Amino acid sequence: MNELTAREIREGVATGSLSASEVCRACLEQIDRIDPRLHAFLTVDREGALARAAQIDARAPTQERLPLLGVPIAVKDNICTRGLRTTAGSRILEAFDPPYDATVVARLRDAGAIVLGKTNCDEFAMGSSTENSAYGASRNPWAPDRIPGGSSGGSAVAVASRAAPIALGSDTGGSVRQPAALCGVVGMKPSYGRVSRYGLVAFASSLDQIGPFGRTVFDAALLLGVIAGHDPADSTSAQRPVPDFTAGLTGDIRGLRVGVVRSMLEDGVDEEVARSVLDAIDVLRARGAAIVDVPLPHARFAIPVYYLIATAEASSNLARYDGVRYGFRAPATDNADLRTMYERTRAQGFGAEVKRRIMLGTYVLSAGYYEAYYLKAQQVRTLIRQDYDAAFEHADVIVTPTSPTAAFKLGERVHDPLQMYLADVFTVGVPLAGLPALSLPCGFTRDGLPIGLQLVGRMWDEEAILRAGDAYERDTTWWSRKPEVV
Amino acid sequence: MSEFTTADVERIANLARLTLTDEEKILFARQLDSILQYARQVCDLDTSGVAATSHVLDRRPADRPDEVRPSLTEAQALANAPEPAPAEGLFKVPRVLGG
Repeated sequence: MNELTAREIREGVATGSLSASEVCRACLEQIDRIDPRLHAFLTVDREGALARAAQIDARAPTQERLPLLGVPIAVKDNICTRGLRTTAGSRILEAFDPPYDATVVARLRDAGAIVLGKTNCDEFAMGSSTENSAYGASRNPWAPDRIPGGSSGGSAVAVASRAAPIALGSDTGGSVRQPAALCGVVGMKPSYGRVSRYGLVAFASSLDQIGPFGRTVFDAALLLGVIAGHDPADSTSAQRPVPDFTAGLTGDIRGLRVGVVRSMLEDGVDEEVARSVLDAIDVLRARGAAIVDVPLPHARFAIPVYYLIATAEASSNLARYDGVRYGFRAPATDNADLRTMYERTRAQGFGAEVKRRIMLGTYVLSAGYYEAYYLKAQQVRTLIRQDYDAAFEHADVIVTPTSPTAAFKLGERVHDPLQMYLADVFTVGVPLAGLPALSLPCGFTRDGLPIGLQLVGRMWDEEAILRAGDAYERDTTWWSRKPEVV
Repeated sequence: MSEFTTADVERIANLARLTLTDEEKILFARQLDSILQYARQVCDLDTSGVAATSHVLDRRPADRPDEVRPSLTEAQALANAPEPAPAEGLFKVPRVLGG
């Protein structure tokens, strides 16, 4: 039962060969089995999920057209769910019960999906390993002494360990794609503006996008179709028609121009990762794609630009945590004034990485440093975008590794923030340019750790990367491998 | 050479409304210094005449009619407050003025 894809579950529930309740129970049982070891979930909504499943079973025949009918889903804990605790992995939101659903969650419910619970993540989505969660790290199902990637690590673990067929994450600098790669599942960052951010706990508003996880490209495409589209509640969501993202998954990529960035297969990339990506390029070529070299000359500036811009935006967004309207407030002392309350609340409520990023962001926005750092980073962001524009004159999709290495050990980089940031070298450029990108499994290391392939598309052209990813998936079996712990 | 001193950390923490322990001040000074050293490679790029990108939207966000729609009730808005004053419909905060 836990091997079923979202597509198969939907089909089974719609035709009556499966009940939503039995599928939901199988997921909840799998959560009980794996979560003590992997810690993918922060909150499991057992009663809510089963009640919703029973409701769907009672009305299944009349709802058979719903795209996620009876499909269980795990939701990252920085996406608001009405009445279901939403912490964003932070102590400061420990007791936060959102009074409303994020737009994506409302759309999931309308599509017939069943929310199983909320998944672990780095605090406020700031991190690449889930080790910054205030509630403890998640573990990689392929090697529980290793990190699952982050920040949406819990969602990737839930899907890889068959506790949920699909999940939602959010991606600011790679937070969907990198954990997808390190856990051996499919993950996608849509074009900026494709999906409403209403109800997503804000980190860096010019970069944040909610994205889907699945075990197959088809499931990721199916889920993207449900959550995409304009939302009046998010002024940055685009007024563009939403195509049927599954319709173009024909396996036909003849003539598709695939751009390869040679420098991203050389400098600082693990040899096994580079070889798997080169093999994947051969698979695409054998399917009829044309392989072309494209340069991205400013790609090496993506990490510094990203960390200057993302922290600046974060320092502003996180000013809202002041202990007044919601969230944690430091215990009052008799003579505490308002300002002391602010400072103590934030000191006690935020973890180390969040404080570090608020500090860095505040610094680069402060008088005397704004031009040198923040404005400069915004200018280099323009150069990075222009590189992609130029590359997409010669290519329809661009192929890179998702991560330069497979999953590293828990604790290995936690005391060296800069080393942790370098894990994002291939993913951070994409959101700076607003582009869509897909990560899918393309091999394993000798130690049995998953390797991810990243496909980057033109703005609004999710269809090309989904088509290329699906075509690749048809000729390979990496996606169907299952971690032993399951 | 260290650019980021503990005095800088104190100045920034003050702007960001964070109280830090002495240990945090020393740690952050070292870590932020190393991150900034790394980030400084962008400062050496020639960007004269390059426009800044603050967002990637291809058009300005759409306006919408300014009309009243269903929104949170007062009780819902206060439900997550650490110190609500429901009878008055207020959030309570420590003293702001006077002594």
